[in-house]
Amino acid sequence: MNADLVLFWVPALVALLSTALVITRKNASRALVYLVISLLAVAVIFFVLGAPFAAALEVVVYAGAIVVLFLFVVMMLNLGRSSVLREGGWLRPNMWVLPGVLAFVLLLVMFHALAGTEAKTSGVEVPPRAVGRELFGPYLLAVELAGFLLLAALVGAYHLARRYLEERREASDEQSGAATGAEHSAPEAGS
Amino acid sequence: MAISIPVEHVLYVAALLFLMGLVGVLVRRNVMFLLMSLEVMMNAAGLAFVAAGAKWGQPDGQIMFMLILALAAAEVAVALGLVLQLSRRFQTLDVDAADELSG
Repeated sequence: MNADLVLFWVPALVALLSTALVITRKNASRALVYLVISLLAVAVIFFVLGAPFAAALEVVVYAGAIVVLFLFVVMMLNLGRSSVLREGGWLRPNMWVLPGVLAFVLLLVMFHALAGTEAKTSGVEVPPRAVGRELFGPYLLAVELAGFLLLAALVGAYHLARRYLEERREASDEQSGAATGAEHSAPEAGS
Repeated sequence: MAISIPVEHVLYVAALLFLMGLVGVLVRRNVMFLLMSLEVMMNAAGLAFVAAGAKWGQPDGQIMFMLILALAAAEVAVALGLVLQLSRRFQTLDVDAADELSG
């Protein structure tokens, strides 16, 4: 019983601590690394709760794909030391007070509401086979809808980022064109 | 094998994670950190679903978690495209820069 609680609370504390670090960092890439730690800790919680498939997906999709997407954008935007300094200007300590107090009040109410329950987790591991059977049985419609959503997101993301990339390419073409043009025109001016 | 612990402990952790994400959304002005906080909030919701699935020993919780995962992936793809547009038009990541609808 106590060993079970330790098995749950160790990754839970890691997740809580690293999440607190995520929302307080000034450097985006460091916050992303703490986000990875938080997601991995939640994956461990999933595993000990008997949801190995959800744990694997958490590692592969969240800590893998989504965080890498974030990292790509951080690198594309080229956030350097100046953005960290500006972040420090945006993040004054007194800004934390009111949202923190409001969230804490909500948390107290939530804890009060949850405290009465005596239910325990079943301790049964739900294997991926059961998840797959249920997913493509009663939940087939939800799978189709998720497919629609992902397709729409794919088209939307392509459309939004394409204009950005095209304009960047045009800008760099103009720059290189101007540079080669200057090289070509220089001898003409000389002659 | 899986552990048997009170469900309320897992729900406490999920509520704490969710509220940390909420505070992050309320406090931060950098749009990258807003998106990270949103990820934290969705992850906390997924944790609550998996905890509920573990309570009954049924796969439904994991299935809802997978749907949240698909939602998060779709959201982050579109939102990062918007971040690129924001940084191109305003040369900043401050969400308050994009307040042209305020009149």
